[in-house]
Amino acid sequence: METLFFAIITLVAVVSAILVITCKNPINSALSLILTFFCLATYYVMLDAPFMAAVQVMVYAGAIMVLIVFVIMLLNVRVDAHKKQTHKVALGCIIGLFTLINTAFLIFKSRAAMPMGPYNGSIIKQIGHTELIGKEMFTTFLLPFEITSILLLVAIIGAVILAKKKI
Amino acid sequence: MLGAYLPILLLVIVAIAFGLVSLTFSSLIGPKKKSALKLSPYESGCEPVGTARDRFSIKFYLIAMLFILFDIEAVFLYPWAILYKKLGVFGLVEMGLFIVILFVGYIYVWKKGALEWE
Repeated sequence: METLFFAIITLVAVVSAILVITCKNPINSALSLILTFFCLATYYVMLDAPFMAAVQVMVYAGAIMVLIVFVIMLLNVRVDAHKKQTHKVALGCIIGLFTLINTAFLIFKSRAAMPMGPYNGSIIKQIGHTELIGKEMFTTFLLPFEITSILLLVAIIGAVILAKKKI
Repeated sequence: MLGAYLPILLLVIVAIAFGLVSLTFSSLIGPKKKSALKLSPYESGCEPVGTARDRFSIKFYLIAMLFILFDIEAVFLYPWAILYKKLGVFGLVEMGLFIVILFVGYIYVWKKGALEWE
């Protein structure tokens, strides 16, 4: 049952991902990308990571997509007329091929019995996924967490300086 | 375990089915008498002015960008809220520091008038 569900979601994810790069209208590509994000959120749910699923939907399908749609509206991309871009296509094919070989190599090389962290499935189920993320974030990774706020502050200032007409 | 998510799955299925059924039946049953007025895009009852594929002001982009940044701040609050009692004063101080740093950004945005619609 779960395998079947996984197969259906994977099919939807792959088809929508292909639509993202093949749609002529950029808005249709953006909508397909939202569908892909939702499929990824489903994977997180199946991995017992509900917090990651919620963040995926809230931040990626919500906020990041708004930004992408605004970029499309800003740049005023017309429905693309057929252009000659054989060099770009060739380069993309080569990069894609290398990525595929790399991924296949890593998948076949890896073992299921790789060293694991202190948290396995049963501990995560027992304590709770969100609690564990929070515990690690607010104790072990306290400094990176606080630095994140500096990073966000820099991004806020950068957004204002870039997009504001007169500062 | 995944059974807990069944209501969400049902909601998604019902939402998709509602959209598909509404579109299919209205295109099957509804009368199709096309006229220039009917086929023109609906724009709050006003006469359409120009194309909809127009360039939009960067002001929208600035607001969207600021929204994302404070959205990410809110995401960090969720795991903290769950652990609030366990972390105690220590957690309160570190989250206070986090929010104060971002509040500096908020004051900067406010003082620079980035929230004004000029």
